[in-house]
Amino acid sequence: MSNDIQNVTNVTLVGVGGQGTILVSDLLALAAMAAGFDVKKSEIHGMSQRGGSVISQVRFGAHVHSPIIPEGGTDILVAFERTEALRYAHLLKPGGIFLVNHLEKTPVSVSSGAQPPLQDPDARLAAYPGLRLVEAEALAKQAGNPRTANVVLLGALSRDLPAISAEAWQAALHQRVPAKFLDVNLRAFTLGASS
Amino acid sequence: MKKLLSANEAIAWGAYVAGCSVAAAYPGTPSTEVLENIAKFKGEINCEWAVNEKVATEIAVGASLAGVRTLVAMKHVGLNVAMDPLMTFTHIGARGGFVMVVADDPSMHSSQNEQDNRVLARFGRCLLFEPSDSQEAFDMVREAFALSEKYEVPAIVRTTTRIAHTSTPVELGDAVRTVPSAVPYVKEPSRNVSIPAFARKMRYKTEARTEALKAVAEASPFNCAEAGTGRVGFVASGVAYQYVKEVFPEAPVFKVGLSFPMPIEAIRAFAAPLEKLCVVEESDPVMADALRAAGIPVYEPKTELRMMELNPTRLAALRAELAGEAAPAVPAPAADIPARPPLLCAGCSHRGPFHVLAKLKATVTGDIGCYTLGVAPPLSAMDAGLCMGASIGMAIGMKKAKLPSKRIAAVIGDSTFFHSGMTGLLDAVYNQTPVTVIVLDNRITAMTGHQPNPGSGRTALGDAVPAVSIAAIARAFGVPRVHEVDPYDLAGMEKVFAECLDSGETCLVVVRGPCVLNEKKGGKQISFVDPATCRACGACLRLGCPAIVRGEPKTPGSKAHIAAIDPASCIGCTLCNQVCPFGAISNQTL
Repeated sequence: MSNDIQNVTNVTLVGVGGQGTILVSDLLALAAMAAGFDVKKSEIHGMSQRGGSVISQVRFGAHVHSPIIPEGGTDILVAFERTEALRYAHLLKPGGIFLVNHLEKTPVSVSSGAQPPLQDPDARLAAYPGLRLVEAEALAKQAGNPRTANVVLLGALSRDLPAISAEAWQAALHQRVPAKFLDVNLRAFTLGASS
Repeated sequence: MKKLLSANEAIAWGAYVAGCSVAAAYPGTPSTEVLENIAKFKGEINCEWAVNEKVATEIAVGASLAGVRTLVAMKHVGLNVAMDPLMTFTHIGARGGFVMVVADDPSMHSSQNEQDNRVLARFGRCLLFEPSDSQEAFDMVREAFALSEKYEVPAIVRTTTRIAHTSTPVELGDAVRTVPSAVPYVKEPSRNVSIPAFARKMRYKTEARTEALKAVAEASPFNCAEAGTGRVGFVASGVAYQYVKEVFPEAPVFKVGLSFPMPIEAIRAFAAPLEKLCVVEESDPVMADALRAAGIPVYEPKTELRMMELNPTRLAALRAELAGEAAPAVPAPAADIPARPPLLCAGCSHRGPFHVLAKLKATVTGDIGCYTLGVAPPLSAMDAGLCMGASIGMAIGMKKAKLPSKRIAAVIGDSTFFHSGMTGLLDAVYNQTPVTVIVLDNRITAMTGHQPNPGSGRTALGDAVPAVSIAAIARAFGVPRVHEVDPYDLAGMEKVFAECLDSGETCLVVVRGPCVLNEKKGGKQISFVDPATCRACGACLRLGCPAIVRGEPKTPGSKAHIAAIDPASCIGCTLCNQVCPFGAISNQTL
């Protein structure tokens, strides 16, 4: 494999439809572009919006070819919810960074009694050496709006991406977040980044 | 000017810069954002949501014949609907540049089938472009307009989900719009009217055009050999090219961007020094077959690459095969993670009608939209589903086949009814077939992201227009029984549905309720379960509402759990209040 492919950073974002994974993928891609990288951001729309499991992927580096990350090649897996974290954990590189929002959204398959609940999620997550739990919902409330939990997670992710400068993150947030929600999102980002 | 754009957005920019004047589309994942972004150039591009892909294509044909540049967009199955105008327009030929954007959906992320529309471009002798990223989408749309106009050929730009919905940096240059002067309109029936006498001449002209375009494809900058090392070379187009570059970065690659006509001779020259030529393409062996037909040997991989999306992991298996090694191990997902499929939203106006149809034990033919989710448990209220508008025709066929079930209902959404359900209804009236058509009318095309339709009262450009009434259409058709019901009144719906299903007449019931995602119910009332009254019978859970969850055990240690309602999701639609046999659920003010 050539160097430019090895030098690509692979981020997978997973969650539940409605949690704001797409906004965070957009912000990450814009920040990587502002930092001077080639970037590809891939997501699936449509059926997945209706409360289903959602996944998007962002790759950046000197030159990015495939929009899809090879399975087991994700450097950082950002999970907005615990069940989704474990659903997609196999995509993570051995020893990769596993950023998990400490939140459980019980799937209807479980709440309706059709399927058994997830067994030992905390213990299973703890088995990943790169695990970092984020209390995104609590920090979002602290920022002033519970709906900014997604941007808290982006802030937490920014800690693991030193190649993207603070200016690039700011540029992305200013470009993509509507003006009336900008301040609260900037606070959420900062709280996430210092979590 | 450099922007991060999806291919759909880049196509809109390409159309703008190329001076496209008229655009039409019918929404369909993954193509929808093409027209949504073209609509942002309001005032410069006259665009519309057409009622279906056939009409959209006919509008584009009319605009092209009138001499201006025009674009039409649709998802892959939309082209099935639009094939009729396309197959004759290709003989007539474009005047103003004509670009058709078709988005295929390998792996069926949001579609009812997997089909490779590159085959249809060859079938229709249309130019075929396959962008491999958003930059190429922008560049190819402009080239497609120019070549379409020069050679009077319809041009197809074919994307796939991973191209349409992947964002990549696009250099838009100065992004200045240049509108070419319209091709002067001349009344010329021998050119533009396809009666047999004229069409025969057109047929020869079409083949001569394809011959001329072969030279264009051979010389196109979108078709080029990229040098590499080793004796195995690759031919790839679209997103497959990106996977080849990812997994075989050292190999020689012939990148095909203009893929019909195929640049056969350029590939023959590329293949000559190679030991093995591997054609990597998503879905059908379109290029491999064309190369083999031209006498160029193509390696046939044992690794399965014909169905579903390709990806770097699948190509890594091909790499191992070529190296004579075993496929690398692929990490497996955990097997016990509870499923989280898409669901009808809490408070969705589609839930009640399916609950009632299930209760009435009706045989239900379904259609395309969010409401197709009525097939999923616990509602499980759909027997058959096919394509846009097919619910009504299938119901007629089942009735004529004398299915033992006397209660046959066709369930269709408003946008789908306008798209191609109306003709099925007319057929039922004409042939006196006693089917009940239930139109779930939320006044919007919800599944694809709330595009307006003839019932919405506004256009793609946001202009207010009169909203078309589905009940009025049915009455005008002569449907003997037409009803309108409230989707949140289960008893009322049950009475009307049962009357219609047992009436022996053609019936139409409009179930009117807005999409809860689109028009949030303003009420502050939500449902609460009284734990003392709840007997843990599970009746409310059979609504399949994501707001109703399993609560505490009825008694300590009991296996039966009482119901609970998630106040964050509930919008107070009251369906659960109505299905509870013990009156344990009631609405309370937050």
